[in-house]
This record gives sequence, C-alpha cells and structure tokens, in this order.
Amino acid sequence: MSSDPTIVLTHARVIDPASGLDALRTVTIAAGRIRSIEAGPPPAPLAGARNIDCSGKLVLPGLIDLHAHLREPGEEYKETIASGARAAVAGGFTGLVAMPNTKPPIDSAHLVRFVLEKGREAGLARIYPSGAISKGQQGRELAEIGDMREAGAVCITDDGLPVMNPALMRRALEYAKAFDLPVMVHEEDHHLAAGGVMNEGAVSTRLGLRGSPNVAEDAMVLRDIELCALTDGRLHIAHLSTAGAVRAVREAKRRGLRVTAEATPHHFTLTDEAVGRYDTRAKMCPPLRSEADREAVWEGLADGTLDAIATDHAPHSSVEKDVEFEVAANGIVGLETALPLTLALVRDGVIPLARAVDLLSRGPARCFDLPGGTIAVGAVADLVVVDPDAEWLVIPAAFESKGRHTPFEGWTLRGRADYTLVGGAIVFDREAASGSGEKRSR
Amino acid sequence: MPFPHQHLLGIEPLGRAEIERILDLATSMKEVLRRDIKKVPALRGKTVINCFFESSTRTRSSFEIAAKILSADAVNWSSAGSSTSKGESLVDTAKNLEAMRPDILVIRHAAAGAPELVASRVGCAVVNAGDGAHEHPSQALLDAFTLREHWGSLEGRTVAIVGDIRSSRVARSNILCLQKLGARVKLCGPPTMLPPGQDSFGCEASSDLRDAISDADAVMMLRIQRERSDESLFPNTREYARFFGLSVAKAAWMKDDALILHPGPINRGVELEPEVADGPRSVILDQVENGVAVRMAILLLLAGAAEAEA
Repeated sequence: MSSDPTIVLTHARVIDPASGLDALRTVTIAAGRIRSIEAGPPPAPLAGARNIDCSGKLVLPGLIDLHAHLREPGEEYKETIASGARAAVAGGFTGLVAMPNTKPPIDSAHLVRFVLEKGREAGLARIYPSGAISKGQQGRELAEIGDMREAGAVCITDDGLPVMNPALMRRALEYAKAFDLPVMVHEEDHHLAAGGVMNEGAVSTRLGLRGSPNVAEDAMVLRDIELCALTDGRLHIAHLSTAGAVRAVREAKRRGLRVTAEATPHHFTLTDEAVGRYDTRAKMCPPLRSEADREAVWEGLADGTLDAIATDHAPHSSVEKDVEFEVAANGIVGLETALPLTLALVRDGVIPLARAVDLLSRGPARCFDLPGGTIAVGAVADLVVVDPDAEWLVIPAAFESKGRHTPFEGWTLRGRADYTLVGGAIVFDREAASGSGEKRSR
Repeated sequence: MPFPHQHLLGIEPLGRAEIERILDLATSMKEVLRRDIKKVPALRGKTVINCFFESSTRTRSSFEIAAKILSADAVNWSSAGSSTSKGESLVDTAKNLEAMRPDILVIRHAAAGAPELVASRVGCAVVNAGDGAHEHPSQALLDAFTLREHWGSLEGRTVAIVGDIRSSRVARSNILCLQKLGARVKLCGPPTMLPPGQDSFGCEASSDLRDAISDADAVMMLRIQRERSDESLFPNTREYARFFGLSVAKAAWMKDDALILHPGPINRGVELEPEVADGPRSVILDQVENGVAVRMAILLLLAGAAEAEA
C-alpha cells in the first residue's frame, strides 16, 4: 500500500476522540500513514498528490465493527468475506470482527488463517477473525484458544449461541486470560427464552407470537459478570438490548471489572413495534425490545456504560427470511446503515458527535486491542470521509452486502461515507462507485 | 354493498358493523342449513380450497360443509404427505394453490401470521381458520352468534374466558370480538397461562375462578392445549381440574341463566366435568351448528356473492 500516491484532505472537520480534536484541518497521508494534520489555510496542491476537498465533510477514524457475520465458509450464498468487506467499506468501516458461527465454525487455527487470508484477498476492510469458545460451538469442550490466538483471533465467542453451561463459561474466562483474549458472549438463557421469537410484551401477545422476556438476557449478563469477577477474565457483552443489562454492566464497571459491552443500531433505533404484521426484517436475536429498554441503551451509550456500537450484521437470503415469522432466521444486515443511524442519535441529542465517533472507532478498538480508532500523526491511515448531510433512501438491492433484509428499507437516512481509506489507500469512493452503476447492478 | 375486506385474517381489522353484518347473514344461513334440501346455488362455479397445515376435523369439516351447501367446489388440501413435508416453502405452496384458480383459500397453520403471509402473495381471498396462538376469527364469530341468539345483543354482558389464555387463538379472537360488540371480558387461569402484556386487551384477569365466573353471563372454557406448550405451566390435569375446571359444584357459583361455551374438542374431566358439558346451560353443540352458518356467511361475503343470495 506504500506505493499509493500521497492524499491531501483539505478543509476537513477532523474528529479524533483520543485527542479530543474537533477542528478544521488539512490531513496529509503518505506511505500508508498520516504524515501531518495541520491547521490554517491548506498548502498549495502537491504535484502528484490527490487532493480531496472535504468542505462540509467529517474526517473520522475508520469505523470498526466488533460484530459481523460474514458467512464464509459454508454459507457463501448469504455473504462472503469479500462481499462483507465491500459492504463494510461502503458503510465507512475500515475494520470488522468476523463472527465464527460459520459452517464449519471457526474453532481452530487453520480456519482462523482461512478467514485472514480471504480478508487479505478482498483487500478492503481489515478482517479480524474471532474464534469459537467451544469446539464446534457445541458448548461442551474448550476450543484450541491459544492456537487461534496465535493465528490471529482477536476474541473468542460462541456468538449466535449462548454458553449455557456456567462451568464452561468460567473455564473459558480463566483460560483465555493466558492469552489476554476477551470472551464475547451472546446472552440468552435458552430456558427462559423458551422458544420466544420476539420480545415478550404487549406486541407479542397481540400477534400471538411467543415472547422472549428481558430476564432471559439479564440473568445471563448477571451470571457472567459474577464469573468475570471470580476469574478476573475479560468479558465482552455482545448486542446488549435490555435496561437490566445496561444496569448490570454499569454496576460491573463501577466495581472495576474488566467488562465491555456493545449495542446495535437497530436496538437503539427501533422497538418491538417494528415487528408490525410479522415482518421478518424485524426479527433478530436479541429481539427488538420496549421503549424503556431503548432509552436505557441510549443512557448507556451516553454515560460510557457501553463501549461500542456494533452492527451484528447478519445477512440471510430469502430462503430464510421469506417465510413464516416463527421459522424465519434471526438477523438483519447492518454494515451499510450503522453510520447514519448513529448520526441520527447525535441529531436527536442523545449523544454528542465526538461520543458517537468514539463508539464507532476508538471504543471498539479498545475492547479487543485492535489497531486504529485514532487520527494522529504517524498513525496508520484508516480513515473515513463522511458527508453528514447526504440524504439517501435505503434500497437493499443497492447494498454491497448480499443480504437484503433490513427494517430500515425505505427509510431516508442522513449521512454516509464518501471515501473510506485503509492503510492510506482509497478502498471506497462513492462517486466512482455510483459512476459504475452498470457494472454494479446484479 | 361489497364487503370491505378481501380477506378474513382476524377479528382485529373488523369494525362492529362488519361483525354484525356477518352475524346477520349467518342468521339466514342457519335457516338454509336447517332446510330439508340443504343446497343453494350462491357459490356455484366457485372453488374453495381448505388448506390445513395443522390437523383439524371440526373446523375443516365445518368449512367444507359450508362451501358445499353454497354449491362451491370444496377441495381439502392437507400438509400430511404433501409438498410441505418435502420442504416446500409456505409462499411456494400458496402460489401453487393459487395457480389452480381458487376463489377462496381457507388456511389453518401452526405459525401465527401464516395466513397474512399467504394473503400478501395471492390474488384470491384468504380466510384464517386458526393461526398458531394468534387468531381464529370464525370461532369468535360463531361464539358471538351463539350468544346473540340467546341474548339478542351482547351489549353490557359479561363473558369470562377460562383456561390457557396465553396460547389460545380462540381467546384472542373472542376478546376482540366480544369487546367490539360491547361485552365486558374477564380472563381467568393460572398466572402461567395469562398473557404477558395482557393489559393491552383491556380485560380484567384473575386466577380466582369464583371471582371470574360469579357475575358472568357466559363462561367460555378453553381446551387445555398441551400441544401448544412444551413448558410446565401447571403440575397436572388433576390439579388443573381442581382449581380451574368447571365442575357441577363450581358451576353453582354462576348466575342461574349463565351459558357455558367451549370451542371443542373437550377434555372431559379436565376443563369441564361431563355433567356440566352435557348440562342444560351448555350451548356447546349449538356452537358447532352455528359454526357452519357463520362460515357460510364468511364465504359468501368474501366471494362477493352476498347480494345474489339475498
């Protein structure tokens, strides 16, 4: 990437949560890194450099998603690592953590290397593999966690499935300490969820659908926080969705435990009312919750209880989604809508812009010790140029992802990535992308 | 005046006037049903497919007889041994059935919302004959019809529904229908069988059977549906019968002229003691007869043939 030409971003409103910078700057990128960040009028255009006028635009650290399902290997008809990486950079993400619930699950070093290799081949966003906690994600024996760490796994998780056996969870938290790996958990007590297909409440009652109560999530969060205290392990709570879980994580942080947590754009934007008339585009796990839960997530995002906004990007095909609600697969796509949905929180006064940027970049980077998340001289140039005012209609057929199912279909969103840079190279250029509409149509 | 709905997917979308229109038409249909020669040509040349993705004898037979009295060609299609068991999706099955040019699809399905999914993909009329724990509108309509026959109007009456409210589509449709017709609805069952978020129905709920039935003008006992609940919601049928079943002794708590309903099939000795099921206040077999009349009315209205019949 060092052969890429020098790039000069002028008139850019640069926001860097690490240094607290929020000001107009000229950012010069060369040899894959940020060479300078200068105030004052931009210098005369450099010969041979690419100058990008960023007037009215934001320049942010590249967004990092801790939670994306890329479906490869095994379900390439839903998504591939390459198509997921295209969706990521179109959404402003320069890095993402690939969930291991593939077919087969990523539970050994050679599978971790496969994901890394496919990510490198795609050459777009940085793809960070995660490894399974248990062999085959069966919830019985620990997978080869050390091997996977050595191969490049950034965390371990049985995501998609909870670790129902508390003794196994204890051992995972303990064992992973040897490799300083966070253990990421999908918190859902199967017995309490009792086959629920949406949030338990007035809407599930009206629709005659089985509900999964908040306590199915809360009880597991509380259990794992205590196991985290017992083991002094690193616990990361995925897609937290309930007021009780927010409370529990806030209290755990007050106790000084090594607990981090993420929430998704759909959980902070929608409630279970979005299920409407059995809309499978609003079916995911954990389910969309009540208004009180949504507001609790807002508070958690605002007060630092939550560390990251993560997409839980979970593409499916019509085979899994164009069916009865009860049997439809859980999951929606999210990589290409997360940024504008987060910016909507800023416009609604829920969080300041700097906090939103933190939650999408530095916050997630710190959860899993990932590089990036900052704009600083000498840092690797993973950046995104965002037009915060661009209004666009969500048309799933135009997504880079192969997944088409989103409850935001038909919404008009504000804000999107114009350019995404990874290692100083422009890996996404909206103008160029839209100019080649013929080629992109599928 | 054409019926303003293409489908009958539930009671929820119906207004009071529409419900009363169905019940009024059912009154004439009941007269037809009781004729010596039970055949009118109203739906001659129309095809009704009964698609039962879940087993049923009563409801399917009722719809089939209703269609046949109206001279429609009624075809029964059940999922046992059909393409569904070979992995065909519901949408594909519906499109295949639609290609056979039916006028009405009557659908029973274990998944809530399945008839709505079908209705959104086909051009013909769809009747929900029971979907999961969601709705069973023809059952609620026949129950309302039965009560109206006795009372003239449901306005101001109190109906207690007892049993597994949470997983009962009969309860859901009845709550909506009875309320729309001006009745007050009380719910009763063990707390494990009362719905979370039940407040949205605006009903009083209790686990005290005496309290629930003593001021009711009618008591609707629900079938204890083990097949819809794999959780342990009560210890056993013996204890259920003891606290929530209607025995002769407990029926004495009811008003003298209060009616007893049950959507069938009855678990004798569980929710109803045989003497109560067969007693003078029971209108259970009236419900079954009225079911045919109400379903005739539904088919007529949805086929747009109500005018022709009148």
